[in-house]
Amino acid sequence: MAFSVGVDVGGTFTDVFVLDDAGGQPLMAKVPSTPEDPSIAVINGIDKVCSEHAIDPTEIRAVMHGTTVATNAVLTGNGARVGLIVTDGYRQILHLARGFVPGALSGWINFVKGRPMAELRDTVEVSGRIGADGAEVRPLDEAQVRAAVEKLRTKDIQSVTICLMNSYVNSAHEEAVEAIVRELMPGVAISVSSRTLPEVQEYERAITSVANAFVKPVVSRYLTNLKAGLEDRTGSLSLSILRSDGGLAAAQTAAEYPVNLLMSGPAGGVAGAIWVARQSGFENIITFDMGGTSTDVCLVEGGEAQVRRETVVHDVIVRASSVDVRTVGAGGGSIAYVPELTKALRVGPESAGAVPGPAAYDKGGENPTVTDANVVLGYLPSDARLGGDMKIRKDLAAKALEKVSEPLGMTLAEAAEGVIRIVNENMFGALRLVSVEQGYDPRNFSLMAFGGAGPLHANALGRLLGAWPVIVPRGPGVLCAAGDATTNLRDEAARSLIKLADETTQEELVDAFAELEQRARASLDADGVARDRQEVRYQVDLRYAGQSADISVTMSPEDFLAEGLAPATGRFDELHEQMFNFRLSKAKEIVNLRVIVLGPGAEAVELHVDEGDGDASRAAVAATKIYSDGETHDGTIYDRSKLLAGDRIDGPAIITEVDSTTLVLPGSHAMVDSVGNLLIRDNS
Amino acid sequence: MATVIETSTTPWETVEVDAVTLDVIENAIQNARVQMDAILFRTAISTIIREQRDGFPVLTDRDGQMLAGQFGSPVDGFIDNYDGDVQEGDVLLTNDPYACDGAISHLNDWLVCTPVYYHGRLLGWAAMFGHMSDISGSTAASMPVTSTDILQEGIVIPPVKVVSKGELQQDIVRLAVRNSRTPDWNEADFYAILSACRTGAARLVEMADRFGPDVLVSAQKQLLARNREAMRELIVSTMPEEKVVFEDWICDDALGHGPYKMGCEMWREGDKLVFDFSRTDPQSAGCINFLLNDRMFKMFCGQFMVNVFDPQIVLNDGYIDLIDVRIPKGTLLNPVAPAALNGRTHALGRIFDIISGLFGTANSDFLVAAGFSDSPHLMFSGFNQRDDWFLMFQIGFGGIPGKPGGDGPDGHSLWPKMRNVPNEYTEAYFPIRVERFESIPDTGGPGLHRGGNGVRTEYAFLVEGKISIHDDRWFTYPWGVKGGLPGTRSRKTLRRADGSTENLPSKVDDVPVAPGDLLVFETWGGGGWGDPLERPYDSIAYDLEAGLVTAEGARRYGVVAGVDLAIDETASDALRATMRNARGDVEAFDFGGTLDELRAACLEETGFEPPAPPVQAPIAAAWLRKQRREAEARDGSARAAG
Repeated sequence: MAFSVGVDVGGTFTDVFVLDDAGGQPLMAKVPSTPEDPSIAVINGIDKVCSEHAIDPTEIRAVMHGTTVATNAVLTGNGARVGLIVTDGYRQILHLARGFVPGALSGWINFVKGRPMAELRDTVEVSGRIGADGAEVRPLDEAQVRAAVEKLRTKDIQSVTICLMNSYVNSAHEEAVEAIVRELMPGVAISVSSRTLPEVQEYERAITSVANAFVKPVVSRYLTNLKAGLEDRTGSLSLSILRSDGGLAAAQTAAEYPVNLLMSGPAGGVAGAIWVARQSGFENIITFDMGGTSTDVCLVEGGEAQVRRETVVHDVIVRASSVDVRTVGAGGGSIAYVPELTKALRVGPESAGAVPGPAAYDKGGENPTVTDANVVLGYLPSDARLGGDMKIRKDLAAKALEKVSEPLGMTLAEAAEGVIRIVNENMFGALRLVSVEQGYDPRNFSLMAFGGAGPLHANALGRLLGAWPVIVPRGPGVLCAAGDATTNLRDEAARSLIKLADETTQEELVDAFAELEQRARASLDADGVARDRQEVRYQVDLRYAGQSADISVTMSPEDFLAEGLAPATGRFDELHEQMFNFRLSKAKEIVNLRVIVLGPGAEAVELHVDEGDGDASRAAVAATKIYSDGETHDGTIYDRSKLLAGDRIDGPAIITEVDSTTLVLPGSHAMVDSVGNLLIRDNS
Repeated sequence: MATVIETSTTPWETVEVDAVTLDVIENAIQNARVQMDAILFRTAISTIIREQRDGFPVLTDRDGQMLAGQFGSPVDGFIDNYDGDVQEGDVLLTNDPYACDGAISHLNDWLVCTPVYYHGRLLGWAAMFGHMSDISGSTAASMPVTSTDILQEGIVIPPVKVVSKGELQQDIVRLAVRNSRTPDWNEADFYAILSACRTGAARLVEMADRFGPDVLVSAQKQLLARNREAMRELIVSTMPEEKVVFEDWICDDALGHGPYKMGCEMWREGDKLVFDFSRTDPQSAGCINFLLNDRMFKMFCGQFMVNVFDPQIVLNDGYIDLIDVRIPKGTLLNPVAPAALNGRTHALGRIFDIISGLFGTANSDFLVAAGFSDSPHLMFSGFNQRDDWFLMFQIGFGGIPGKPGGDGPDGHSLWPKMRNVPNEYTEAYFPIRVERFESIPDTGGPGLHRGGNGVRTEYAFLVEGKISIHDDRWFTYPWGVKGGLPGTRSRKTLRRADGSTENLPSKVDDVPVAPGDLLVFETWGGGGWGDPLERPYDSIAYDLEAGLVTAEGARRYGVVAGVDLAIDETASDALRATMRNARGDVEAFDFGGTLDELRAACLEETGFEPPAPPVQAPIAAAWLRKQRREAEARDGSARAAG
């Protein structure tokens, strides 16, 4: 027997999802997270699933893991003290950034700029200069470099980043500096910008490399501990980490370039959603993951998530590929208020967070939140369990909502419904961003809802978008762990090549792709994936000469070798027209070349639930009142664990399970399909 | 005057819109504006739009009242100045500030505007403008600092239908784009602007589908009314009835005259706020005139007020009748056509200093220091190593002013959305190397909250070519407030390959440069806010360690720091006490000296003679004589008739 295990560490729970390589139903376990050292919960979870299902831990062959360790280091500022080495004249590269001030006209009045991730006192300049054409303009002065590195050595620097001008065309100076750092600061973690991100634009390359250096020691310590802890129990195993782009990477590679893990958590959700949707027979979905403080959405077409060349964590934007998850700062904890001057109803961006949390949680929160509105409307029953044994106090929710209902002159229920409509509008904006604005018609997609609050809002958003059915998977909390366990190993290698497509030769591109292919295959080779099981894709980022944004076009190596770049440039014109409604007769410019290598995914696993008689009443728990569209309706609360395939539930209805609650609106109904997903559709 | 054709004459019905739907619609309108921006920046090609983001969207109701945007609605201007029918599927284009009441303020900004229909009935308007890199004229980038009328500044496109009943008028695009040294950029940028504008229109139609047109139109009215009420309360509760006065200056007009005064009186009458610019100097014979659109000015005032008091307020045109702007014709801010306008960026920026000065005088909660109220331009053109003609055009940033909430950031943009140009991008596309890019220590005005530092950029030229510059604040200072000191002025130096150096004027055309020459371009710092002698030692220690303030500069904060940059607190306490005594009470504003004092020290401090006082420009003089003759003729005929 051999098992592979997916583990997702969430804020509250750590979920474990086990697949038997020989097939059969997946096994799952849920344990409380241990934020002080997340690896403890990972090991607890594996212990639990092994003991509950009598698995011998030594039969665990592989552990796949989505982690927020890197993300949290950035969010909390608890990363390494980073020393930065830059070209003479560029010491303030991070301090000046792109000079951008957020907000509207006069927005600067309220702009408070944070300190750079590598502080100015820890940034040193080195002489020497490479030109834009890659030629050396001035040589490095070794003595001067040594003196500069010496300045860093005397400080408590844990991680060093080297980012020199034009290193994306010629990295010789960066490498020479690297050698001196290794010599003078042995053991220090080093990030070299031409390796982390060999692309044009010095600020973006610097911040990406510095972010990498900032999280590197933290991630590396975590992964080392985790692997050791696991192997104590299981013996030798392969540990893979889910990267931001939705692919798995061997732990070692992941630790070297942890900037690629900043979206590991959300990527797990998307990977899980893809897997679950496929079980129900859906390939085109928009994911909708609504949590306490934020909501992530992502478009998946043909079973593949859109990937973009940028990762955003709070106010840090780095150039690293990530699944194109757009985040809105609105969730269950978003606070509603009525500004005095306009008497408008606003929801967010302030959030009650986990502490004090929504008023209904009775942890000291007094401001009305989206969750409180859900409670007042009867969508979140006071006896549903949320995150363990959390009690829900409807009276406290109602009291908090008076803060908005009174100034608006509305009833409590009207105000609560208003809060929900406004927050839904925010979500709708994000969902449009990934669909309509990218040229996709949302009516051709299903909406996959998960996260603590997603299934409460999904039915309404399905209506706004016209995206049907709305899919609510079983155990939405375990989705990420399932994603970790079922996705592919993946690696990619890329390089900038800014050149007109017409001016490149086929030989030049063939050589460049071949070199990238070798690099991209290396980590999968190292992980023991046979060459014939590696799927290779070539990608070229194109734009009309001079545009800032490029569009990635993917080709198979076979097609490229046979037909060259022409089909890709044609496809670019089509995509440009689809997204922006026009095409130009201008020359096309190549920006980057990329090779992506995918390993095989998990063998197909058949989920199923038993067939019922279509009558869901066996799962009915209680009658309840639900307020919707200005009226109170009689509805029913169901226990999801008692639902069987083929059951139909007519709205208004509430379906509860351990870590989530689903709302079916009046005029809609939910069907339970053969794998246990709820499929919600409008009746008309 | 345009006639707007509607095939449906049934008016929209005014219906009740509940408070929540209203907020949902407001949100949807703001989202549409964000989408318009996103499309423009992704598809434009010129550096100025794609990297620096000089382009702005507007959505209005059917009466042209702005619902979303920041620079005021251009619709009235179009309707007043277009002769003919406007109907569904039409898109109008212009770049003529005089033909749209200054909704755009120089010829480089191309503005498109389209009526939005729903089942044959006018629903609203969508508009978008963007800065075109070159539109012909006498210098590359079309902003000759020595121009004396607008025709020297490039092609003038009166309002024309560039799309008629849905049909793109290729001939007009060809004609417009041919008049450029960068036709490829202009063509792509034009389509990007058009695409963004049409996206805005499509979003309005979708909103009508979703909410119903009557609800949408009624909601638009209510949003305007709601905003008017909020602004009314803000005006009445924060603005005094007594007159306040503020004056600031444009240093020179590139023709040797200056400084030009921008003077304004402000007072409140009931719930209306009056701005009277009578104290402003006459228009210039040169390029620095700024045709100030009154809707734009009102929007600037509103933005400033809400950012101080309640940034959550979403502004629209609802309150514009509460602000009365009076700008005499023939002045710098209301020039007589065809006055040159291309250097209007200085007065456009300085308007924000006027607004902070007026509001801060009226109510000290509003007081912020003088900021980086400008967009210094650098243009470099010539033939590159491949013998292709090139044009590099960049807008620089400087020090954000000290403000109640904290320090002004160093080297950032005072304009929303804009970003600096990556230097590797510049080096990859143009024959230039950027040897240095940093903020300059001590250039921000000291204060409890210090002003941001200006920026020093060093450009090494790799080929022969010509550079042109638009800048200001070389003569007057970015002022400090509440005890804060002024920031440092701007300066440009050309270090020739032979080792000689030239001090370049703030506004200059076509200076020849050669390989080996180095341009040191230094922008100005923001003014300080509050007493620098109160600035905590911790904050100064951070600045010292970061190299943003030097030990020498720290003395202006009354701080004594050693060579190791450590602060000697005992010595500093003593120095602060001495400085406090010597200084006495602090004034609300510190302008760095009177104009006479600035003139006296000008040559020594800047290397340039002080500018000569402004004189009447020929265009304005002729217009005034004509006005006088016509008035006399009227009087004469009135007497004859009487």
